[in-house]
Amino acid sequence: MSALRDLYQQVILDHNRNPKNFRSMQDATGSIEGYNPLCGDHYTIYVRMDGDVIADISFTGAGCAISKASASVMSSMLKGRTRSEAEGMFRDFHGLVTGVAAPEERMERLGKLAAFAGVSEFPARVKCASLPWHTLHAVLAGKSQPISTE
Amino acid sequence: MHTTTVQSSQANQDLLERFEAVRGCRHHFPLLRQRVNGKPLVYFDNAATSQKPQVVIDATLRYYEEENSNIHRGVHYLSERATQAYEGVRVKVQHLLNAAHQREIIFVRGTTEGINLVAYSYGRTIVGAGDEVLISAMEHHSNIVPWQILCEEKGAKLRVIPINDRGEIELADYEKLLTSRTKIVALTHVSNALGTINPVKTMVAMAHAHGIPVLLDGAQAVPHMKVDVRDLDCDFYVFSAHKAFGPTGVGILYGVTKLLDAMPPYQSGGDMIKSVTFEKTIYNDLPYKFEAGTPNIGGGIGMGAAIDYINEIDLASLAEYEHELLAYATRGVAEIPGLRIIGTAREKASVLSFVIDGIHPHDIGTILDDEGIAIRTGHHCAQPVMQRFGVPATARASFAFYNTKEEIDVFLAALHRVREVLA
Repeated sequence: MSALRDLYQQVILDHNRNPKNFRSMQDATGSIEGYNPLCGDHYTIYVRMDGDVIADISFTGAGCAISKASASVMSSMLKGRTRSEAEGMFRDFHGLVTGVAAPEERMERLGKLAAFAGVSEFPARVKCASLPWHTLHAVLAGKSQPISTE
Repeated sequence: MHTTTVQSSQANQDLLERFEAVRGCRHHFPLLRQRVNGKPLVYFDNAATSQKPQVVIDATLRYYEEENSNIHRGVHYLSERATQAYEGVRVKVQHLLNAAHQREIIFVRGTTEGINLVAYSYGRTIVGAGDEVLISAMEHHSNIVPWQILCEEKGAKLRVIPINDRGEIELADYEKLLTSRTKIVALTHVSNALGTINPVKTMVAMAHAHGIPVLLDGAQAVPHMKVDVRDLDCDFYVFSAHKAFGPTGVGILYGVTKLLDAMPPYQSGGDMIKSVTFEKTIYNDLPYKFEAGTPNIGGGIGMGAAIDYINEIDLASLAEYEHELLAYATRGVAEIPGLRIIGTAREKASVLSFVIDGIHPHDIGTILDDEGIAIRTGHHCAQPVMQRFGVPATARASFAFYNTKEEIDVFLAALHRVREVLA
């Protein structure tokens, strides 16, 4: 029961119900579809870069509560961040959901993303949480082909 | 009036007794005794794979402890014993399916390999440019992709029989798609994603009226009903042992002799040959022509034990009991707000696919797992079915005869909890 409550924290439930930046973007400088063929989660992540800074980020698509909340929290955390800051957070977030916690000062920087710590208790759901991030990573790397978690 | 009541109460009593006999089989399945997340396991993922009775586990173990040897090769005692046991399973399968000949029973790895064998060997012989292969909108990927590859290679067209909103094929739509260009019909007997039982006997007859052969995918049918390939009059029938209480990695392709005889080998190597020189190889007779390499002997022995086990259960009572479980669960989920059943065919096997408004199936699956309940969530390897019903995925509970109404009560309570957790 408590593991389940840790997974479905209020932050995650709120972002699932009312996702932030849940829209397409006309003036995006990059966008990619990411999908998880196993469960059918399917998102497009849009980014508008201003030099090295993520000036705007949004997403569309559908999936489970974990993946949708992850995309929503990610987008709200990354606006105004630099590319390398975003990549650094991805690394720490990935560590968080796979149960490899980063040093404390970096954990603090994760802010609301810490709500996803409970995912590490559910190996089958790690891909749900990380799908939006993998997709963003591909956008930032300048790729354009859809990516898949499998 | 009074007499009728007495009779119906007697009939009811008989039914209850027969159900009790079916329920009594539950203790044959050791895995079902365990707890998951601190709760008694409720295993509702039978359409993915069934659990195995102790007799199947014992037979497999005994094979490796006492009989293990390669078959069709040695003159020594063990090899002959293993060969006899393995070939004995072929006869059991022949009787299970009521096939006319042993040679029509071909061991494969499973349903997928059986379909690939037919698509590759038979398909490549008879399908040419401009021809058509006919499947239905409710096929598993394993009965779509092999035909798609064949059609691409040959410049042929894959045609799809549509399904209605209940998840049923309308025979009038099917009839229209049977033409002189149709070279084969490949159809599921029972849908894994929807539970629909197709009127396959009628559909085979309709195809045969046009001279078109039919392959039936029986993966979801064999565990739930008596299958008689001669009564169905199908040309090919495939199924997997693991969904029918046997081990993984072994299955059966049934084919009529006339077609199998004319087909080229699928894979080549040992056992499928009569003689080999560098100039020419003479292929073995049926069924060995299609059985290259050392097969899954231990798996085959386990399948034999599973068939013996099935034969001891009254299949009619089993089907009735499973139908009762399905009806009970169907009534129960109707009470869950926002729940919609995907697949409401009038003829249905014990599969309950559903979605809940605003809640992704994956989240349903995780919360049910927390209660010890195993269901499948996702597209069930039938993405076109998901597209047909406009959902990315479904949650699917699939029942076997060892499940109980009490387990369904646990399942229903957990579904209410899904709404609480995600509300």
